Amino acid sequence: MTDFKFLARQLLRNPLSLMGIVLIVIFAFVAIFAPLIAPPPEGHLNPYLIPHEGYSVTPRPPSEEHIFGTTQGQYDIFYGVIWGTRSAFQVGLIVIGVVLLAGIILGSLAGYFGGLVDEVIMRITDIFLAFPGLILAMAIVTGLGPSLRSVMIALASVSWPAYARLIRGDILQVREEDFIEASRGLGASNLRVIVRHALPNAIYPTLVMASLDIGAIVLAAAALSFLGLGAPEGYADWGQLTSFARNWIVGPPGNPLKYWYAVTIPGLFILLFVLGWNLLGDAFRDILDPRLARR
Amino acid sequence: MELRSYIVRRLLLLIPVLFGVTLFIFGVTMLFSPTQRATLYVRDPRQLADLPAVIELYHLDAPFVVQYGSWVSQVVTGNLGWSRIVSMPVWEAIWHYLPASLELAIFATPVIILAGIALGTTAAAHKDKPADHITRVLAIFGWSLPTFWFGLLLLMIFYGLFRGFLPPGRLSVQMDILVGASDFIRYTHINTLDAILNLNGPVLLDAIRHLILPVITLSVVQVAFIMRLMRSSMLEALGKGYILTAKAKGLDQRVVVNRHARRNALIPVITVSGYLFAALANGVVITETIFNFKGMGWWAWQAAVNLDIPAVLGFALFNACLFVLVNLVVDILYTRVDPRVRLGQGIQ
Repeated sequence: MTDFKFLARQLLRNPLSLMGIVLIVIFAFVAIFAPLIAPPPEGHLNPYLIPHEGYSVTPRPPSEEHIFGTTQGQYDIFYGVIWGTRSAFQVGLIVIGVVLLAGIILGSLAGYFGGLVDEVIMRITDIFLAFPGLILAMAIVTGLGPSLRSVMIALASVSWPAYARLIRGDILQVREEDFIEASRGLGASNLRVIVRHALPNAIYPTLVMASLDIGAIVLAAAALSFLGLGAPEGYADWGQLTSFARNWIVGPPGNPLKYWYAVTIPGLFILLFVLGWNLLGDAFRDILDPRLARR
Repeated sequence: MELRSYIVRRLLLLIPVLFGVTLFIFGVTMLFSPTQRATLYVRDPRQLADLPAVIELYHLDAPFVVQYGSWVSQVVTGNLGWSRIVSMPVWEAIWHYLPASLELAIFATPVIILAGIALGTTAAAHKDKPADHITRVLAIFGWSLPTFWFGLLLLMIFYGLFRGFLPPGRLSVQMDILVGASDFIRYTHINTLDAILNLNGPVLLDAIRHLILPVITLSVVQVAFIMRLMRSSMLEALGKGYILTAKAKGLDQRVVVNRHARRNALIPVITVSGYLFAALANGVVITETIFNFKGMGWWAWQAAVNLDIPAVLGFALFNACLFVLVNLVVDILYTRVDPRVRLGQGIQ
């Protein structure tokens, strides 16, 4: 517990990580209270679908009714980014959860048992790591049919090998320690040794770093959605809202920045969200890396 | 002798990896039912009645192993299938679109490496001073930047606000016609290089004008990455005994940083060249899509959106093979650069 207090104090003292924490808390707040901040209109069945009035192609500038303006197809940008915060958290948390579970199970099996089990699992990770990540994700999404669910499956399949390897390395380091030997000598089962003794002593830093990868996962998901491989049209998703602006980068002659709101606002949300996690991650890396410990 | 046997062993290890890669890629196509895959061969709704015949003809309902076997035997002979959206064989499409992507990578790589190393060195040399803090914040920003959005912002400013100063695409219309003329010889299909070889100034200028924004977009995130890596690597090098010795000899601070520390700090940067390749391959898809820069990434995007499965899979397979080879070369180079690392150790 003192460890935790020390960590918390370090993070709150550093202005960068403090800013990261503030950003994440704000976004969490927005996600939780989305129904209050941007209430769906009455009779609207699925709140994740952005309400739109009419089908006019031209984006409309911010007004009292639509404070961030509308995109092409008249989707309300404010509603989209608020509920998009929810979908961002969903994608990030689900993918990281699945990836960590797969990484912990396969990584600790490989590290603890070694030998043939290790060899097989590591060769499988080799196969996944042989692709540039986004390209593999693209191929998987295409195979499964574009949808938000496919994006999550694709990102999970691309990301788990790296974690499996990290956790395997952590387990390898503690495997030969005396306390593992002792618990085995006392007749504990393999499962018990892994879950109760090896894992808690090995993976704490990996877990912390992994959970901060939510930013990177959300960024990749937004990229896939931007490419038109993610959420269906009209779903509250930052990547898709950005892609709506592609035809409106340049305004009419005489007013080239006419559609600035459609281009800038959704991307700004992605940037700030990812920034929050990365600010925190950067501070953690410094604290956890003994080589860079401040002297 | 040692080197050769090492290379042979690494190449042999590639076989199971590539086998797994093909198995996985093929597995993805098999997610579709035989009927769905058969419709890819059909162009007219009236032909839908022929679907059972198509399935029969191409054995689309045969067991997995049989279909995989026949597919692999095709792939090995270089037949990756037919890319519907560009109406040419996948292999031909790869060669057709490769030069444009290569051109982007050729310009982005030096930008990434030089800027990353320069900024990282500066940050480390001024550790905990304003220069360090500023570069650090910039790096975290760069690392968090959605590149697709950044590209749109660049276009909004340099294409919109500055009236077509830096346009999207690869060449403007007039130059495209000029390049297509018979007296302009396409040696490489890399526009800038061909323009130089043909001694054609206007084409060169036009090509460069179209390259600036995509190259910036492609580089920005990786500059942030290399810079952070270089910073921590420099800090480690600066803490070594020989640095103290050099300082004690009374050498100038700049000489110590640039000559003694930086050379040794560069070694870890070399090891990430493999990573850099992957980052460029990924980045090319997004960059080319935003800027309508018709290279491999643009083609792969079109293929993915239009469910041109053979094209997407051929593209993925091509990139995987290239990536694996790049990693092999990097590992071998590493041992040349750093004699402390011996072959087969510290790798994997």
